[in-house]
Amino acid sequence: MNRVIETRFLAPEVKYLRIEAPKIARKRKAGQFVILRPNPESERIPLTIADGDPEQGWIALIVQGIGKTTKTLNLLEAGDTIQDLAGPLGMPSEIEQYGTAVVIGGGVGTAIAYPTAVALAAGGNDVIAIIGGRSKEYVILESEMAAVCAEVYPTTDDGSYGYHGFVTSKLTDLIDEGRKIDYVMAIGPVPMMRAVAEVTRPHGIKTMVSLNPIMVDGTGMCGGCRVMVGGETKFACVDGPEFDAHLVDFDLLARRNTAYAAFEHFRREEFEAARECRLAGTEVS
Amino acid sequence: MARELTRRERMKLPRQEMPEQDPAARAVNFEEVNLGLSAEAAVAEAERCLLCAHPTCMEGCPVGVDIREFVRLVAESRFDDAVGVIKRDNSLPAICGRVCPQEEQCEGACVLAKKYRPVAIGYLERFVADHEREHGGPDITPVEVKTGKKVAVVGSGPSGLACATDLIKAGHDVTVFEALHELGGVLVYGIPQFRLPKEIVRTEIDQLATMGVQFETNAVIGMIDTIDELFEVEGFDAVFIGVGAGLPRFLDVPGENLIGVYSANEFLTRVNLMKAYAEAAETPLLDLYQKNVAVFGGGNTAMDAVRTAKRLGAARAMILYRRSEAEMPARAEEVEHAKAEGIEFMILVAPLELEGNDAGWLTGVKLQRMELGEPDDSGRRRPQPVEGDVFDLPIDAAVVAIGNRPNPLIQKTAPDLEETAWGTLVADPETGRTPKVGVFAGGDIVTGGATVILAMGAGRRAAASICEYLDSGIWEKTPDIPEE
Repeated sequence: MNRVIETRFLAPEVKYLRIEAPKIARKRKAGQFVILRPNPESERIPLTIADGDPEQGWIALIVQGIGKTTKTLNLLEAGDTIQDLAGPLGMPSEIEQYGTAVVIGGGVGTAIAYPTAVALAAGGNDVIAIIGGRSKEYVILESEMAAVCAEVYPTTDDGSYGYHGFVTSKLTDLIDEGRKIDYVMAIGPVPMMRAVAEVTRPHGIKTMVSLNPIMVDGTGMCGGCRVMVGGETKFACVDGPEFDAHLVDFDLLARRNTAYAAFEHFRREEFEAARECRLAGTEVS
Repeated sequence: MARELTRRERMKLPRQEMPEQDPAARAVNFEEVNLGLSAEAAVAEAERCLLCAHPTCMEGCPVGVDIREFVRLVAESRFDDAVGVIKRDNSLPAICGRVCPQEEQCEGACVLAKKYRPVAIGYLERFVADHEREHGGPDITPVEVKTGKKVAVVGSGPSGLACATDLIKAGHDVTVFEALHELGGVLVYGIPQFRLPKEIVRTEIDQLATMGVQFETNAVIGMIDTIDELFEVEGFDAVFIGVGAGLPRFLDVPGENLIGVYSANEFLTRVNLMKAYAEAAETPLLDLYQKNVAVFGGGNTAMDAVRTAKRLGAARAMILYRRSEAEMPARAEEVEHAKAEGIEFMILVAPLELEGNDAGWLTGVKLQRMELGEPDDSGRRRPQPVEGDVFDLPIDAAVVAIGNRPNPLIQKTAPDLEETAWGTLVADPETGRTPKVGVFAGGDIVTGGATVILAMGAGRRAAASICEYLDSGIWEKTPDIPEE
């Protein structure tokens, strides 16, 4: 059992969880993930490790409540425990001295991009962050990014904060301004990652994305997380999760991620109904 | 007393049949198919044993159980003594009594098998193990750890459990590391509830825990600790690697990434380990009710998958196999059970392409009709295409059960281990010793996909060799193992 030591909401439905996990904290590298189950009945889900401290023995996860399992995680408070936590899993981000690196996070994807930004900066790169959200309250980790990046550009779809537009527009602007960009890391919803890949492709900028296919074991055993990269089938859990954005079949990833949409919808509704009942019960008493 | 029967009379006694759940009933539930012998039937079956002076059955057992002695004790209704005899060599009798291919091992070697039917050794093993469990369980006391030596066992499947048992009995401090959240490896994620109830695996593992074996779940060795770190950081004196063959093979035909195409590992893991068959399950599985499901393969895993699909309500649950039934590697009992449950067997077909709709969902498979040609390297007749005989079969889900390769997770972080061309680990078959000092390996990670009992045998041989190494401190160079 793994104890939660601190929690706070970073954005609506987006929660930061600091969890006691000394061994994982010592081993984890940027880009790696954990598989966890909040309860004995829960599904196994993968979450990229957002932060960690090997000395103090904790890791941080940033969770967007989308399905039943993530919504359950977002109910946790300090002192609660997580049933199962396995990791670190997957290949770490490839950190080299690229020169100028742009790290792009869309929504909660910023949480996954953050450790890679830290590692890139530590690896001697000039790091620029572009972190997007639908509106101001969905832009996360701005000050954390600012601590390691030379420049941080928040963007919002509605213009309520920072740059008005998509992260790709900001990236295009930087390229058009003639900024020399040697490396791009983009993490967010599939359409965003695909769009970033199309922006950088004509310029030949090395671009990596972190993929989020459906997984079960996270160790290469089930093959459920298979993705097509450069015409070859890869397992995101052991070969990835980071791949060359210019080689990824994003259509396939998007389609495969819909496999259980009906089931997930049903479980989410059920979860919301149960939560409303509980809330109603609290009000009455 | 029955023992007064003559040899000839005993040979004439009929073999007891295994009571089963009715096929129609069991095809829609996940309860165990075989119900087990009654005490009376077990005694009657044991009386068939000729108590041969040179028992060939024992030569057929990969772990060398004293079969003659335990069967003799069953005939005398001394069930607890009988299970005690088995446990000297096999710590998991309730499991092996259910999943061993006895017809190829002990029972295949039984002298009665030549002229009559062999003694039902598997049924008897299961009976005495179940009898003990249902009557309060064995009297287990913790073993005193006295050698001061620490051994890490990586993987909690059959080879790891067998290895851990012998090591704890020898007085070593044993920790078993398991990557998943539940212990048992293939026994819990692979073999379905209807063939091996999970509670039985749990009970047998609990007994090891009582003896003093420590278990760590969610520990992915290679990631959380490399093999070197197990020695240098965690202070282990020896390591046994028994991680199985866990990387699924796919068909290598177009359309394999359509939604609805599962590896057998994924399909069975979702159903068995994650209990996706249960109403309240939080782990999803595609709804197979009234759907057409094709399972590619002809082994025990394929049978497990197709019978699982049937139980999940599939309208057609089909085995698609490229050779004929005679070449199927599955146990005869599994094939018979499957047929009784309404599984369709489509033999001599090979998939050319999996077909899907625009949304990326599987809709069918293009199949090539095959015929048998000359025998291949395995001695089985090689399937070859019948020119021009190609047809479509509409299916909603497919499960690929054509075998596994070893998972390279550990080898990748331990370059001084050696791999064969197939990705299996190089280890001495007699001692389990790898080229890396202090590291032993056994089971499917060494042999490629095999059986529970063969893995247990390898685990036991490695345990003996580990004890010898820890005692003597001598590590002889592993003889070079020729690659085929």
